[in-house]
Amino acid sequence: MDRKIRVLIAKPGLDGHDRGAKVVARALRDAGMEVIYTGLRQTPVMVAEAALQEDVDVVGLSILSGAHMALVPRILEELQKRNIGALPVFVGGIIPADDVPALKALGVVEVFGPGTNTQSLVGFIHQVVEA
Amino acid sequence: MKLTDAALAGDRRALARLLTWVENGTPEGREALATLFPRTGRAHVIGITGSPGAGKSTLVGKLAKEIRQHEPRLAIVAVDPTSPFSGGALLGDRLRMQDLVADTGVFMRSMASRGHPGGIAHATRDVVLLLDAIGFPVILVETVGAGQAQVEVARIAHTVVLVEAPGMGDEVQALKAGLMEIADIIVVNKADRPEARQTVRALQAAILGITTAGHHGPAVEQPLEVVAGWETPILQTAAVDNQGLTALVEAIAAHRRYLESSGRWELLSRLHARAEVETWLQRHLMLLLEEKVGEQRLAAAVEAVLRREKDPATAAQELLAPLWSQ
Ligand SMILES: Nc1nc2c(ncn2[C@@H]2O[C@H](COP(=O)(O)OP(=O)(O)O)[C@@H](O)[C@H]2O)c(=O)[nH]1
Ligand SMILES: [Mg+2]
Repeated sequence: MDRKIRVLIAKPGLDGHDRGAKVVARALRDAGMEVIYTGLRQTPVMVAEAALQEDVDVVGLSILSGAHMALVPRILEELQKRNIGALPVFVGGIIPADDVPALKALGVVEVFGPGTNTQSLVGFIHQVVEA
Repeated sequence: MKLTDAALAGDRRALARLLTWVENGTPEGREALATLFPRTGRAHVIGITGSPGAGKSTLVGKLAKEIRQHEPRLAIVAVDPTSPFSGGALLGDRLRMQDLVADTGVFMRSMASRGHPGGIAHATRDVVLLLDAIGFPVILVETVGAGQAQVEVARIAHTVVLVEAPGMGDEVQALKAGLMEIADIIVVNKADRPEARQTVRALQAAILGITTAGHHGPAVEQPLEVVAGWETPILQTAAVDNQGLTALVEAIAAHRRYLESSGRWELLSRLHARAEVETWLQRHLMLLLEEKVGEQRLAAAVEAVLRREKDPATAAQELLAPLWSQ
């Protein structure tokens, strides 16, 4: 038997930078996880379909565009439509402190700022997956 | 409802979970496969192999779209390498298949090789069987594509498509790795590049070499031989520009017709079944060995070899003694 933590790292929205998302994806790979990386400009449907088909344990959204308050609820809704609303979703990127409680109220398990140490992200994922 | 029933009824989430079980080799996964096995044997399994960067994923995405014009459903399994250092993997093939996402008739699954050599994962065969049982009439399998030893896909696919790209010196590599001998169709992708024609010519010459010189060369065990009755076509595509896809789909369909009319489909099924039983035999034997030999005796044998008291072959034979005395 060979169980691995599977993580979807998605980059929804229209901004064209995925350096941060790639850094995170590589760090998680180096921590022994299987990371499904889907690239730029993912629509909420694309994110939810990838999460469904890949049967991931956790979803990470990288959002730098400032559109998180518009995108996150739509993504969560698409996950729910597919009966995978219970999947832990975390958000990384540039998120103003004021929006963090609102995102968490929507169901996001954690929000990581740009300076987040990848080790703490790895620890966090282990924690939510093994809970 | 049981997960297998749900998956058969079209529940994609149930299918996704079953695939995880099968990939992880859990007892539940084993049971599901055993239950569903009588339903397998209908899908046309198409292997897509070739060096990294040749455009396999891009081509698979476009090919899937084209095939979906005539097929109600289609599944894709794309294998990427597991890092030997961390055991983790970056699975990026989805990135090149973006147009498919809106199509619920397509189910795409990424797999890490999990240390298995040969271009596919240990469990890829089982994953393909599951998708076959669920009723996908066509299954595209993209291999890792890391140079040599990609031939294993021939053990699970009916049709092997070798993807080359111009200017990578791949022709020689492919020859060395025995890839050209397992290829049923060769595609020179990135035909939008002017060097493509030169690659086609090099491949044509190489193919001629194989078919006239017959079989020698790679020391890889070949489950299949170069077959009379099918001439491996060399096609050109520009996947990014949707060029050459219709011809490729037609070649794949022609290959299937050839397999069926020549009786080779049955032969392949037999070869695949044999390879599979042998694989399981080895797996069960390894488990039996681990159980009967035990880590302690193994470690002691290694020490004895290090002290030059025993040669490795004798040490191994002695470890097996308890198996014979039963
Ligand atoms: N010029 C050109 N580039 C292509 C074509 N098909 C794929 N590519 C590019 O080749 C690179 C590798 O493609 P990918 O599908 O990931 O290759 P893989 O590693 O074999 O799966 C990507 O940058 C693609 O955009 C093509 O037909 N023409
Ligand atoms: Mg690829």
